[in-house]
Amino acid sequence: MIALELILNAIATGVALGSIYALMAMGLAITFGILHIPNVAHPAMVVAGAYAVAISNQYGLDPILAGVIWSVPFYVLGRLFYAFYAGSFEARGGGNTLQSLTLFFGASLIIEVALAVAFGTDMRSVNVGYVGHSLQLGLIVLPYRFLVPALVTPAVMLALWLYLVRTPVGLAIRAVAHDERAVSISGLDPFAVKRHAFGIAMALAVIAGAALVITGPIDPFGGRVYIGRVFAIVVLAGMGAIPGVLLAGILIGVAESLVMSFLSPSWATGVAFAILLATLGLKPTGLFGAAR
Amino acid sequence: MSEALLQVRGVAKSFGAIKALGPVDLDLGARERLGIIGPNGSGKTTLINCITGFFRPDRGTIVYKGEDITGEPAYIRARKGLARSFQIPRPFTGMTVLENLLVPMDYCIHASEKTERQRAEAVLQSVGLEGQRDALAETLSQLEQRKLELARALAANPQVLIADEAMAGLSNSEIDDILSLLFALNASGVAVIMIEHIMHAVMRFSQRVICLETGRIIAQAPPAEIVRNPKVQKAYFGEQAAHR
Amino acid sequence: MLPFTLIAAAIALGGLMLPQLIGNPYYFYAGYGVLQYVVIATGWNILGGGAGYTNFGASAFFGGGAYMAALLFKAFDAPLFVQILGAAAAGMLLGVITGYLTLRIQGVYFAIATVALVVMLDTVVQNTEYLGGASGLAVLAAPAPAWFGGQTQYVFCIMLGLACGAVVLARWVEVSWVGRGLRAIKASEPAAEACGVPTLKLKLFACALSGGVMAAAGAPYPTYSAYLDPVSAFNLTIGLNALAMPLIGGTRSWIGPVIGAVLLASVQQIATVTISSEFNILVVGVVLIAFVVAAPEGLLGLVHRSKRKLQPEFGKIDAQTRS
Repeated sequence: MIALELILNAIATGVALGSIYALMAMGLAITFGILHIPNVAHPAMVVAGAYAVAISNQYGLDPILAGVIWSVPFYVLGRLFYAFYAGSFEARGGGNTLQSLTLFFGASLIIEVALAVAFGTDMRSVNVGYVGHSLQLGLIVLPYRFLVPALVTPAVMLALWLYLVRTPVGLAIRAVAHDERAVSISGLDPFAVKRHAFGIAMALAVIAGAALVITGPIDPFGGRVYIGRVFAIVVLAGMGAIPGVLLAGILIGVAESLVMSFLSPSWATGVAFAILLATLGLKPTGLFGAAR
Repeated sequence: MSEALLQVRGVAKSFGAIKALGPVDLDLGARERLGIIGPNGSGKTTLINCITGFFRPDRGTIVYKGEDITGEPAYIRARKGLARSFQIPRPFTGMTVLENLLVPMDYCIHASEKTERQRAEAVLQSVGLEGQRDALAETLSQLEQRKLELARALAANPQVLIADEAMAGLSNSEIDDILSLLFALNASGVAVIMIEHIMHAVMRFSQRVICLETGRIIAQAPPAEIVRNPKVQKAYFGEQAAHR
Repeated sequence: MLPFTLIAAAIALGGLMLPQLIGNPYYFYAGYGVLQYVVIATGWNILGGGAGYTNFGASAFFGGGAYMAALLFKAFDAPLFVQILGAAAAGMLLGVITGYLTLRIQGVYFAIATVALVVMLDTVVQNTEYLGGASGLAVLAAPAPAWFGGQTQYVFCIMLGLACGAVVLARWVEVSWVGRGLRAIKASEPAAEACGVPTLKLKLFACALSGGVMAAAGAPYPTYSAYLDPVSAFNLTIGLNALAMPLIGGTRSWIGPVIGAVLLASVQQIATVTISSEFNILVVGVVLIAFVVAAPEGLLGLVHRSKRKLQPEFGKIDAQTRS
């Protein structure tokens, strides 16, 4: 029976963690999945968001609430960042991949190091009432610090999906990924649309940061382990498919959790990446992606 | 009549639900001039991509010089003498015109650097680009880039050249320029498949014309006959034209 | 190519005289750091500048090379030359595997893979007691040959040799059919394929060369520092510098990474005494972005552009000498 308990708990933890990974990947699903901008700085942005939330929490603010509040300034930052990126490259007839990737890599390093310089390299965490307690369902024991953030994801995903599918702006965002010229002919400015989308992605990053810091302590360089995971989730879900992000996250979370429990923690990082490669090799369109 | 240089049998290719190329059979004899016409979306470029190895056909075989090359990667086919130019010129930017020609020579012909340079000069002369030898490929005009595209295909000494809309967007005199190039090439022993929308060019150049529509061959005849073919007229101009 | 190789060999051999001429080991200690980056940056650029594929995980290759060297020493008492060869082989293998898994898809995934590679190797080493785990490994290398007067001078000369070798290799790739094929792939992969270039094989070849050179740069490190741990082997700065030095110097030619490495490494050697390593990374990151945005061709590109402005004919002559 011990084995059953182990498996059930591994799966439960995996589902919860996977949901949190999915929240982290949500912003990337917009920038990389829809706009095809390889924003490798996204995990660093999530960590920056986590720091903003952690600092606010020191003054007594609930982390999730802090996340929502901070999403506004981060939205603005996202717009600025996109303007910088687009101004540097897309205006010049598109920089090559090496240059774009380097820009984002440099940005991620600057963010990480700026956090280290500003807040030191010690771990930061948040104080919320439910952290330290767990939910017990039969054999399963699930800490609230996993459960609560995990529940945020479906709400956020639904809101995002409705926004992209039901509102004119959301439609514009999806359209600009397919055919920029058609969008500009219909009177919309593709640059403005993409800038807005990037802002939304950053806003989502901060909410994900809130979830991340509830789960456990963070340090400035904590984003690195998530790069493989978030890209794997976006690809597995299918480029441009938002609803699939949660499922993809859960699949990866569960796979990692099982590997950690039954094989060895050392291979956990490799799991997401292996899934990424398998998806690209076997079903490049992902679970729910449209064939281009 | 010699055995066909290139034999395409039952080649078909779909992209998901879209059937881009329905089963197609095609023969190309040595030194032949074959024209392929058809409205946009009729599968011309898909056919070329299957023949040259850029797409894997879902069904069918491609036999070249008696060998089944259906599974072979594109670069092997290029080395065997099956050359192609691209619809939108893709010059090797950042490299000079001469260097552009050295690439196919390095990989298709194995000769000394000196011999390659001499050959490259000769090819440049034959297309009229010798003055641009040291210019960077991206600085060339449209016509010059199309010539470079052809020159690069020629540099590897092919037996077959597939010219995919090599004259799109050119003026009449520029079209004549390219056309005489292709005629000279054919005279030197290269079979040419010309895919074109520019009717007068195709008709002047080809010995035989194939018309594609929605992925199937709807007509195959010498130029004079194909223009009168009602199916071809319908494909290009609609029902009413066909009944005139 | 031959005169170039001879000059490089002369420099490497000439370097052997230095321990006899210069007494203070500090110069060798600092010089080692600079030469190490010459090798790393040159190796990085074979793939980065040559084929256009970004490797964010140079530290994985460097650290992997260092640990392979340490492993060969600990298990077989291997001499330094064997360590270097073993490290290079490991680097080549790592490069080919990473490339094979990702380059058939898209370049972006190669970049992401290299980030994941650093994390994975770091984790593997931390969980392997034989390699010292997280606390590290002390390396008591055999004493250096008497001629050199000390371990530092010895590894300096070795690294000088590696630097000359790396530069010769980079130049050969650049001017040969290999370099032309890579540049063709960078410009237009389908067109290259249509010209008979075996694109995947060539890219994997470049991955192997690049990985091998970067790993070779790490091989003498355990001997140099007498101690090896994951933090120093898989250091963030290495990955960043590997990217920044070629981009700042210029990726078009073998000279760029050398210039970038000498410049940046020297500045960092001086600066580390005064500013913290985090601040160092911050500054390098900002400078890197500034170059990517404003001067994507690096310093070489800036020089080229100003030459072109002064003498319009220069562009043509320059291109001729490169052919």
